[in-house]
Amino acid sequence: METPNPVSLSIRRERTLEKSVTRGIKEKIIALVLLGCALVSVLTTLGIILTLFEVTVEFFQEVSFAQFFLDTRWTPLFADQHFGIWPLINGTLLISAIAMLVAVPLGLAAAAYLSEYASHRLASTLRPALELLAGVPTVVYGYFALTYVTPLLRNFIPLDVFNALSSGLVMGIMIIPTVGSISLDSLRAVPSSLREAAYGLGATKMEVTTQVVFPAALSGIAASIILGISRAVGETMIVVIAAGQQPRLTLNPAEQVAAMTAYIAQVAAGDTPRGTIGYKTLFAVGSTLFLITLLLNIISYLIAQRFREVYD
Amino acid sequence: MQLTHQTSTAQGTSIISTQDVNIFYGSFLAVKQINLDILRNKITAFIGPSGCGKSTLLRAFNRLNDLIVGARVDGTISYKGRNLYAPEIDPVEVRRQIGMVFQRPNPFPKSIYENIAFGARINGYRGDMDELVERSLRQAAIWDEVKDKLKQSGLSLSGGQQQRLCIARAMAVQPEVILMDEPASALDPISTLRIEDLMQELKEQYTIIIVTHNMQQASRVADMTAFFNVELTDGKRSGCLVEYDKTEQIFQNPQQQSTQEYVTGRFG
Ligand SMILES: Nc1ncnc2c1ncn2[C@@H]1O[C@H](COP(=O)(O)OP(=O)(O)O)[C@@H](O)[C@H]1O
Ligand SMILES: [Mg+2]
Repeated sequence: METPNPVSLSIRRERTLEKSVTRGIKEKIIALVLLGCALVSVLTTLGIILTLFEVTVEFFQEVSFAQFFLDTRWTPLFADQHFGIWPLINGTLLISAIAMLVAVPLGLAAAAYLSEYASHRLASTLRPALELLAGVPTVVYGYFALTYVTPLLRNFIPLDVFNALSSGLVMGIMIIPTVGSISLDSLRAVPSSLREAAYGLGATKMEVTTQVVFPAALSGIAASIILGISRAVGETMIVVIAAGQQPRLTLNPAEQVAAMTAYIAQVAAGDTPRGTIGYKTLFAVGSTLFLITLLLNIISYLIAQRFREVYD
Repeated sequence: MQLTHQTSTAQGTSIISTQDVNIFYGSFLAVKQINLDILRNKITAFIGPSGCGKSTLLRAFNRLNDLIVGARVDGTISYKGRNLYAPEIDPVEVRRQIGMVFQRPNPFPKSIYENIAFGARINGYRGDMDELVERSLRQAAIWDEVKDKLKQSGLSLSGGQQQRLCIARAMAVQPEVILMDEPASALDPISTLRIEDLMQELKEQYTIIIVTHNMQQASRVADMTAFFNVELTDGKRSGCLVEYDKTEQIFQNPQQQSTQEYVTGRFG
């Protein structure tokens, strides 16, 4: 069977056991370059956080925590200054909640369909189509909300021109691929032996999907939802264009509200001079936004940890 | 009820019978021309070399092959005289009466209790769930080991315990037939013996078909044994049924030379 191969023998003769100097150096250089690339992103993030917090600290030297957290009005640029952050958080959370009410059911339904129901061929055509939604520029979604969805809805319900409802609905559509795509991957990762076990007991497709596959994929699904919320909270264009500029404490989706990102975009686009309190509010709001997103990331990490050992 | 094709009428009545069954994966003929009667309340062993289509045939008995794209059965497989592949037959109902235990233990990532309750619940069981869970776990000889940790994940058990949990799970839906595809191949010898003992007890109430690679196991547990082999036709390999008879007959007085070689380990 094993006829000696003259080519491999000639290679064999040149082999040594000593370390090669050039290879060692090459490997070191490659490692350093890779490290450098990794550091660029870490350092950039650190830099952003430092600038953010530096000005935020200056902000809190002028405005007390009580003013920031206990006041219910946000009017830092008016003569009657108030620095209560809640109206902005309210705007962000209201719109995000509406968005998730759209994105979670539709995203999960799409994922369930593509993973459990559609044929392989259909799924591989539909998936890119679904993901295309994520490629639409957000400014397009914004104008879609303002010039199409709002007028359409106003035929049925009284709405402000700028309102939380249409921004939330359109943002939800934008987030469907985020929820759907990641959930789809985690549904597909569920071992088919579990499906067979359930079918073997006489389960219907619906029972297999909802009672076996979904629970087994829960960590991925939870992660997809949290990521979706992060996108909603951080989304700027849609809320700037379609939700309004008026910070209000309200749960009424028909009203106009201001999201944190919308406030930042509005002030940053104007000519608020450096060093003024108006300028510093940008950083205080930015830090709040950052902390919310960080919190969401931590939650998603913990969820992933908690369910990690589910099937092995 | 179809009794005409019965191999050994003296042995009992048939519950599943196949006539000229061919099973394809796409255009590949995996098993061909299977004619056999499975006897009620007996243990039937399927033996034969890897790839001869034992799993394929077994999965055709409860229409689990429906899940595989391109898999197709022709000929007739009847269960209590009804053609399982007739258009009016619901595969979900078939699987409720013909249960399955797989080669690798595959408990759900749920609690031990839920593993058992799941099947009963989807089958519309209305009785006392605690009682059913206990009865099924007792039947599968695993109750004593798990009774204090019913809330723990089924995956926290050892391989042998997981397989017995899977057997309990299959029994909780009260099928008439249990198909077992090499249920002991991933288990240690002690767990294997426990599962064999279990099968002896279960055959009072169930009909069992077991695929096994282990000759001793087949001769220990089975009443009837079917030997399958791979046959070459036009360069394609298809599985076929070589010999089917009482287990003693297959092991002590096989009629075919290839059966003789296989059961004595001189195969290949
Ligand atoms: N899902 C499948 N798709 C295509 N071919 C398959 C599939 N499952 C099994 N086969 C083929 O069918 C033949 C019989 O396989 P199998 O029933 O698993 O044999 P056994 O259980 O006797 O080892 C083999 O040639 C195998 O490669
Ligand atoms: Mg097999």
